[in-house]
Amino acid sequence: MPDPAITPELIAKHGLTPEEYARVQSILGRDPNFTELGVFSVMWSEHCSYKNSRLELKKFPTTGEKVLVKAGEENAGVIDIGDGWAVAFKMESHNHPSAVEPFQGAATGVGGIIRDIFTMGARPVFSLNSLRFGNIAGDSAEAKTNRRLFAGVVSGISHYGNCIGIPTIGGEVYFDDSYNGNPLVNVFCLGILRHEQIARGGAVGVGNPVFYVGAETGRDGLAGAAFASRDLTEESKEDRPAVQVGDPFREKLLLEACLELLASGCVAGIQDMGAAGLTCSTCETASRGGTGVEIDLALVPKRETGMTPYETLLSESQERMLVIVKKGEEAKVKEIFEKWDLPYAHIGEVKDDGFMRVKENGVTVVEIPARALADDAPVYQRVAALKTPPEEIDCAIDCDIADTLNALLAHPSIASKRWVWRQYDHMVRLGAAVLPGSDAAVFLVREANKILAATSDCNAVYCKQDPREGAKIAVAEAARNLACSGAVPLAVTDNLNFGNPHKPENFLQLREAVEGLAEACREFGTPVTGGNVSLYNESPAGSIDPTPTVGMVGLIADARHITTQHFKSKDDVILLIGELGHEVGASHLLLLAGKKKGPPPRLDYAKEKAVQDATRALIRMGLVQSAHDCAEGGLAVNLAESCLSGPGPVGAEINFGGTGIAPAILLFNESQSRIVISVKKQNATAVLALLEWRGVPARKLGVVSKNPELKIAADGSEWNWSLADLEKFWGRRIEELMEG
Amino acid sequence: MKFAVIRFPGSNCDQDCIHVLNALPGASADYVWHKDSSLSGFDAVVVPGGFSYGDYLRCGAIARFSPIMRAVQDFAAAGGIVIGICNGFQILCESGLLPGALVRNRGLHFVCQHITVRVEHHDTAFTNATWTGTLLNIPIAHGEGCYFADDETLHRLQINRQVLLRYADSQGQITDAANPNGSRQNIAGIRNEAGNVFGLMPHPERACDPLLGSTDGKAIFQSLLDGPARSRDAETPGRGDAVNLSVSPPPPVAPAL
Repeated sequence: MPDPAITPELIAKHGLTPEEYARVQSILGRDPNFTELGVFSVMWSEHCSYKNSRLELKKFPTTGEKVLVKAGEENAGVIDIGDGWAVAFKMESHNHPSAVEPFQGAATGVGGIIRDIFTMGARPVFSLNSLRFGNIAGDSAEAKTNRRLFAGVVSGISHYGNCIGIPTIGGEVYFDDSYNGNPLVNVFCLGILRHEQIARGGAVGVGNPVFYVGAETGRDGLAGAAFASRDLTEESKEDRPAVQVGDPFREKLLLEACLELLASGCVAGIQDMGAAGLTCSTCETASRGGTGVEIDLALVPKRETGMTPYETLLSESQERMLVIVKKGEEAKVKEIFEKWDLPYAHIGEVKDDGFMRVKENGVTVVEIPARALADDAPVYQRVAALKTPPEEIDCAIDCDIADTLNALLAHPSIASKRWVWRQYDHMVRLGAAVLPGSDAAVFLVREANKILAATSDCNAVYCKQDPREGAKIAVAEAARNLACSGAVPLAVTDNLNFGNPHKPENFLQLREAVEGLAEACREFGTPVTGGNVSLYNESPAGSIDPTPTVGMVGLIADARHITTQHFKSKDDVILLIGELGHEVGASHLLLLAGKKKGPPPRLDYAKEKAVQDATRALIRMGLVQSAHDCAEGGLAVNLAESCLSGPGPVGAEINFGGTGIAPAILLFNESQSRIVISVKKQNATAVLALLEWRGVPARKLGVVSKNPELKIAADGSEWNWSLADLEKFWGRRIEELMEG
Repeated sequence: MKFAVIRFPGSNCDQDCIHVLNALPGASADYVWHKDSSLSGFDAVVVPGGFSYGDYLRCGAIARFSPIMRAVQDFAAAGGIVIGICNGFQILCESGLLPGALVRNRGLHFVCQHITVRVEHHDTAFTNATWTGTLLNIPIAHGEGCYFADDETLHRLQINRQVLLRYADSQGQITDAANPNGSRQNIAGIRNEAGNVFGLMPHPERACDPLLGSTDGKAIFQSLLDGPARSRDAETPGRGDAVNLSVSPPPPVAPAL
């Protein structure tokens, strides 16, 4: 079949504007052929080129004394953790594929991020994920769809992660109507490596052979990157062929083979084939290496016959790598691929002319300057709407305290995620020192003798109401979660999930959020090491709430500092580090009433850092039994979770005394910079004195009790919840909704 | 005692087993590749957990045809100690070294959590560092761990004292609520009739470090190091670590059918 003629309609169908097409013509000095048009289309999609966000991303702090590989340089950033060891980590989204095919969409998201990590020469040691779905409660068609998406995504992650043997040790799951029909699936992976093992994705050494290794190329995932750079519509279901199919077993073999290969010293450069597959890996390696790459598609292992060059180049079949081998080492490389039973082929070589040249049986089908294709994508400054501050709200809130806490705990965003993480193998690799469900995941990296903590955070309602403040809080909360686990934050990866950037209000959200993240990352000394941008998160109902997810990694110096959030033993004294607070704007309390209203809480960096530093200092002195950060649902939810989230429920008796604050505000406000800790009775006075000496506000809230209840007294009123009831609301809620 | 840890494509608890065994005094461990065909020089074989060959046909169904499994069968036939954990248990069942089969969990989900198992007989090569009735806290992590066998096989397992571990509640009772996957009679681990091959769904290697919440898994490996034929007077007091005596005498087995 002859290639279709290049018409304005075909160009538009490939997502290229007339201006972009003119740019293609000027780069080539001629009209592109059909295959070349496809190549430009995927490489210049938002997913691959960041053309709409690149100017904003430049605002992130990306350097620091611990940064070994910077954001954007390679597949993932690399951070020094001492003693010659380093970590490579990154977060990436698979939102659109998961919307049309949740199981495979999520599974291949996990596969993709794992490949990014071992491409760096690192052994992947754990994963996290940050998931968002529409409302899952009730009998509406929407709720049923959301439950199907949620169940599919969780089992997709479980399938891929469990099979490949990389523990999924934590993350977050939120439910909100804004994600109806457009769930967010952000997956994070971290790997460990020695400094000298950092692998590069450059095609260096003219004359070096280029090898293809891994699964055969098929027609799956055709032009998935371009698919991911469009709005989701009713017709998106027809894009199901743009979703790839994952094979974790193949990836496990590829992982082991690549690590063995990199250790053998035979590799000059390595690049995974993710978005835009063979296209992206050839032009990016050539661009990074300042060289050219020539391949012949006839040599590529395929699982279907009759594939055109267009299909072969744009396929996003999973579990494939491009390896630039040092000339003369071919035999050793082949031996390793054969040991792991992986298909491979010598498909081309590194050239000195700067071209990405693709042949089929010797006939040139694509010839494009590699650097122009990879790095000279158009860059846009989109129009941002004018900023309008969120309206203030009336703080007089009247609600039944007992029922409200029950309802908050039963909200799927707050309720225990046990139903989710029970499906993930979180214990393989013998590292999960803190089981999922605490503020941060804590992992023992045995080969390096290091203890890492990691968390992912974002309150999208805050971001909707004020993207700048919400983004700052996402960073602060991540750092606070790490502090509660006993860790010092090291660095950040982010996943920017937003709606269509052509809408000025969406672009404003993106810009505000990026500036907020950047500012907070500077304040906390945590450089951004990379991440992912996912725009066009739209469903027929509109744009998602802006969701700049923050993944933060920290280091715990000593196993004795590992701290969990649940109360430990009776008579321990419960203390609040920070203030009682008063802000209820954008809170979960209002959300319960169906309102996204008011400004989110304000973040004060000085206060926040003082609270975190004090908590960490007390932990290091061995004085802290439990530490839990105060977030959605305020102090009451914090206390209930501290009672319920351990191996067995533990009661608490709380007495605020006279505060002069209305009970609903006192118990459910979401003011920032607050951590609840418990300490042994005999240390309580000393701890309060230490906090006073540090100038950090703190007060005693009560004691851990032997009675199976949570009792709270304030300003002359008293409320009582039996732990069995709370457990029913909080512990079993999601299971009830999902299993009926 | 030198352990061989078999490495299939798709094994993923192999590194964990090596780590734990090499840290035990008196034990050492090495990988054996699935394409190898000799186990000479080894005193015991561990078939570790994972997803051998992707588990695409049926868990363990392809692994049984790999060259090393012939060697494992010969090793077992000669009386050598073989222990299969999780996917390893599935492989031992598929290759006929142990009776029965492991099928999809009741509830259909993969389940990863700490559970309690009760030791049914302490006078075996795999449990002699414990007591009958000892409760062990060991994690499970599997999608297909529901032990199934026909009534006649179950009867034979019972008569021959081949059931070594059952899922139990914190009081040592064999209840349906304590059964995480729907296994018949709450069976979590069995041995062969000769007593030298043991398969279990829980992961003892994940319960050997206090930082991970339990060290009860050590009892299984320690039993092997103490010597397979060690007989003990049931009246002797138990040996301290890793042993957690049940408060009540072991109740009669109540089959959960």
